[in-house]
Order: sequence, then structure tokens, then C-alpha cells
Amino acid sequence: MINLTAVYVLWLREMKRYFRAKSRILGSLAIPFFFLAFLGLGFNRMAVPGVAGSLNYIRYLVPGIVGMSLLFQSVFAGLSVLWDREFGFLKEIMVAPVSRVSIVLGRIAGGMTTALVQGLLVLAVSFLVGFRIASVPGILLALLFMVLVSTSFIGLGLIFASRIKDMQGYSIIMNFVVFPLFFLSGALYPLGNLPSWLRVLSYFDPLTYGVDGLRGALINISARGLALNLLIMGAISALMVFLGAWSFERSESS
Amino acid sequence: MDDIKVERLTKKFDEITAVDHISFTVGSGELFGLLGPNGAGKTTTLNMLSTLLRPTSGLAEVSGFDVTRNRDEVRRSIGIVFQEPALDSQLTGRENLEFHSMMYGMGREERRKKIAEVLALVELTEKAGVQVQNYSGGMKRRLEIARGLIHRPRVLFLDEPTLGLDAQTRRHIWDYIRKLNREQGVTIILTTHYMEEADYLCGRVAIMDHGGFAAIDTPEKLKELLGGDVVSLEVDGDLGALEAEFRSLDWVKKAKLHEETFSLTMERGDRRIPELVSVAQRAGVTVNSVNLRRPSLEDVFLHFTGKTIRESEASQAERNRAMMMAHRQRRGR
Repeated sequence: MINLTAVYVLWLREMKRYFRAKSRILGSLAIPFFFLAFLGLGFNRMAVPGVAGSLNYIRYLVPGIVGMSLLFQSVFAGLSVLWDREFGFLKEIMVAPVSRVSIVLGRIAGGMTTALVQGLLVLAVSFLVGFRIASVPGILLALLFMVLVSTSFIGLGLIFASRIKDMQGYSIIMNFVVFPLFFLSGALYPLGNLPSWLRVLSYFDPLTYGVDGLRGALINISARGLALNLLIMGAISALMVFLGAWSFERSESS
Repeated sequence: MDDIKVERLTKKFDEITAVDHISFTVGSGELFGLLGPNGAGKTTTLNMLSTLLRPTSGLAEVSGFDVTRNRDEVRRSIGIVFQEPALDSQLTGRENLEFHSMMYGMGREERRKKIAEVLALVELTEKAGVQVQNYSGGMKRRLEIARGLIHRPRVLFLDEPTLGLDAQTRRHIWDYIRKLNREQGVTIILTTHYMEEADYLCGRVAIMDHGGFAAIDTPEKLKELLGGDVVSLEVDGDLGALEAEFRSLDWVKKAKLHEETFSLTMERGDRRIPELVSVAQRAGVTVNSVNLRRPSLEDVFLHFTGKTIRESEASQAERNRAMMMAHRQRRGR
């Protein structure tokens, strides 16, 4: 059922495309960098409301910005199906004698790798503006959360890519899905500051648990504790991957 | 054995019937053409045969495998070159071929050999390391044809293989297609709306219009159905007597006189010209000029559909738009 060569070759294609578009990598680092530089430096002296002790805002912000980069990168990795459809390459993939599951897994593997690279690059950039991690093993834990966050949102991207068939749907998704997910996740401030009805909404945002988990892993501050975050994030990731694969399969085999 | 077997194959997009109960078979090693205007249903037919679309009803088998039940087996036995390019333009030519051969499960050594072979076949060996975005239209087409052949398919589908190419490149591609069919024995099904392409390449042609087949046979037989060649003779002298002479010849199927020109319909007009000229001379009539016109597939299309292919395209533009809208709505749901 799962054809590992097909998964590998789809992943390989994604890698080649990613590393060949050097300007795009640079471009995708711009937004996280500006967020870190301007928000981080601007608010750095202020106390983070709802967090005990003295904590630089930059330290609080970095895990959130890593989460944001993963969100953007992953949703669009899922949506890259639209790109392939637009440029015809999707047909080449679809007539190949490999199971549709392998195709989805290849896409997820490719998207996940680029999202991880992106997350690590953002982390590297944040070191330039003075960020320090709490402990080295924390990085490994953070990587685990990165994997879960990126697979969740690649799944989400695949779901959207199966519904919308043209590139115009792109900006709508950007404005009405990706940005609310980002702002509701607690990437920029502790969710305890939100009015309660908004806070309830934030519990339905997968990124909430991803960001909280990353914060726990990287700076040892989290609202929920690592185990719970891992559990919830793992469940969401599995569900999203399943739904993404299911909708892709359904939409492409009419 | 038949490589393609189609029985009452039908595809409906909501209210619109794109392909309407077509039946045909294509034998192993044949070069078969689906000829018709844009929107006649050729691509939809190909998409069903290549497992990209599920038929609404009817039966289709490729290499003995059912296109709805044995999709993987069908996919393994076919190669396809789509109407619009389906290449990754950020990869090089070789990388596109690598991708393809790995998707088809070929081993490293086999890949290396086959890729070198198909690149040489389409004369792209030197450009293999260049990103496809820098290829010309003709080069992309050739690369796609090469790609369609890597995994040694029994059946190759070509959807409008020379659409939008210049005359010289078209000729080139035609030669490749012929070579493939004759030397490698690949069964080829191509769609085209170029009459001369179908005429030049195909052993058998199905004339497709409005989702159905108007006729199906060899190009020669289809043209013969129209009664053969038309020989025109421009003459001086006693026309009435000559007309009677011509009408008495049993191989002249039709004789028409318009001003000083006779138009005579017959089979193998090229072999009858000397005889016609001597008949005219015996009747004391001077022949000023002779013109032989063979019926083309264009005439055949006109004969079967009552329209030229261009008129048919114009009348279908509206239909196509409706079909596309319906298709979009369906997919967007």
C-alpha cells in the first residue's frame, strides 16, 4: 500500500525545489525577522502580563514566532497541490502507478522537512537578536513539537487544496484562516489576557498547544505542561493528516 | 490481442454529456487517432482511459485491465503525454525523467540506461542538465514524449502532441511518433484536431464530434467513401460531345461542367488522367489544364458532420464554456 520509493522521490523533489529557490527562503525569513526585531525590541523592556518573574519579551516571543513560521510554511506546503494543478504537474503524479496514500505521505514528508528547516532558521535568526534556550535537550523536544505542528497544518492545507480549486482561494485562506490561527494561538501574548469568549475560541486552535509546547521546550514556560501539550498536539496531528489524505484522495479520484 | 477495448463509454458532467456511448477497439501495435474539433470529447476519452476520470457508464479496458477496477495495472501499462505541459519546470530535464522512472519503480541501473536511451531518441542529451523553465515549447514536448516512454509502456497516449508547435518541430515530432510505433511496436492513441496530422500518422481514425463517433476507419477508406478524387479539365471545343463521352465511361462517378471546366469524380484519378486527355483529343477538344484534387480528411469531416472542423469549433465554443463552468462548480463543491 505504501510505496517508500514514491514517498522518497516526492520528498526529494520538494527538497530540490526548496533549496533551489534561495530567494524564497530568504523572503520567508523576512516576516519572522521583522516580528522579532520590531515587536521583540519594542516591547522588550515591558513585563509580560500573566507571566511571573522577570522575562524579556523577546524570550517569550521567539517560540511564538517559530510557531508562526511553521504555520505559514506548512499550510502553504499543503496548498502546493494547487500549484501543481495549475502547472500541470499534478497529472504526472496522479497517473503514476502508486497508491494515493504514498503521494500524500510524500507531500507531508517534503512539507515537514521544509517547515523544520524554516523553524530552525528562525531559531538561528533569533539567536542574533539575543535569544537563548533554557537547555540543550529542549531543542530536541522543540523539534518534536515542530514535527507535530507542521504535519497538522500540512493536513489542513491539503484539506483546503481539495476544496478550493483555484489560486484565488489562496488569499482568502491567508486572511480568514491563517492569520486568525496565528493571533489566537498565544504566539504574541499569554492567552490569559484575552476576554473569556476569545480564550475559549483559542482552545480550538491547534497552534495554541504547539506554541505552548514550544515555549515549554525552549524557555521552560508553559501554561499547560509538556505532557498534555504533546498528547493534544499528537492527536491533532494524526487527525489532520488523516483528514488531509482522505480529502485529497476523494477529490482527485473523481 | 486488443490493447484498448471500449464499449458504450460515457462521461457526463452534470447535465452535459462530454462523451456519449462510444465503442471501439485498438489492436496491439496500431497507431490510432481521435480526430475532431476542440470540445468534441477527445481529451475526456483519454482521461478516462488513463484513469484520471471515472466513466459515468460503459466499459473501458487497457491491456486487458479495467480502468475503474484495476487502476494501478492500467497506470503501469500506459504512458501519457498531456495536452498541456506536465513538467516540473524547476527541475532539469534529467531530474524530471528521474522522478518519473522512480515513481514507476525502476532500479538504478535500469533508470540510467533507459534515461540515456530516451534522451538520445528525442535528441535532448545535451540539454538534460538544463532546468525545464529554459526549454522551448518543442523541447518540452520532446521531453514529455521521452518521459512517456521510459517505463516501456505497451500503450502510449498522446493528447494533441503538436498543438502550438511550429511546422518544423511538428514534422520532427511526427517522425518520432512514427519511429516509436514502427520500431518499438508501441500502441499509440493520439488525439488531434489537425487533419493532416491524422492523415499522415494514423493507421485508423475515429472522427469525433459532440462526444460521439461519426465514422471510424483508415484515412484511405474514409476518403474513398466520398467517391474518390476530383479531376478538373479546362478545355476548348465541342463541350457537349465531350460531356457525353465522359458520362459513358463507367469509372467516372460524377461529371459536372461549369463554364469551360469539367469536374470529374473517380477513384485513383492520378492513373486516369492520361486516358481522360486522350478521350478529349479523340473528341477534338483541346485540353488547356488538368488539376487533380484528392479528398482530404477535412472533406471527410464535412461529409460526416455537415460542417467544416472550423465551423464545428465555433459552434462548440459556447458548449465548452458551459461544460467548463459546470465542471468547476462540481469540483468546487
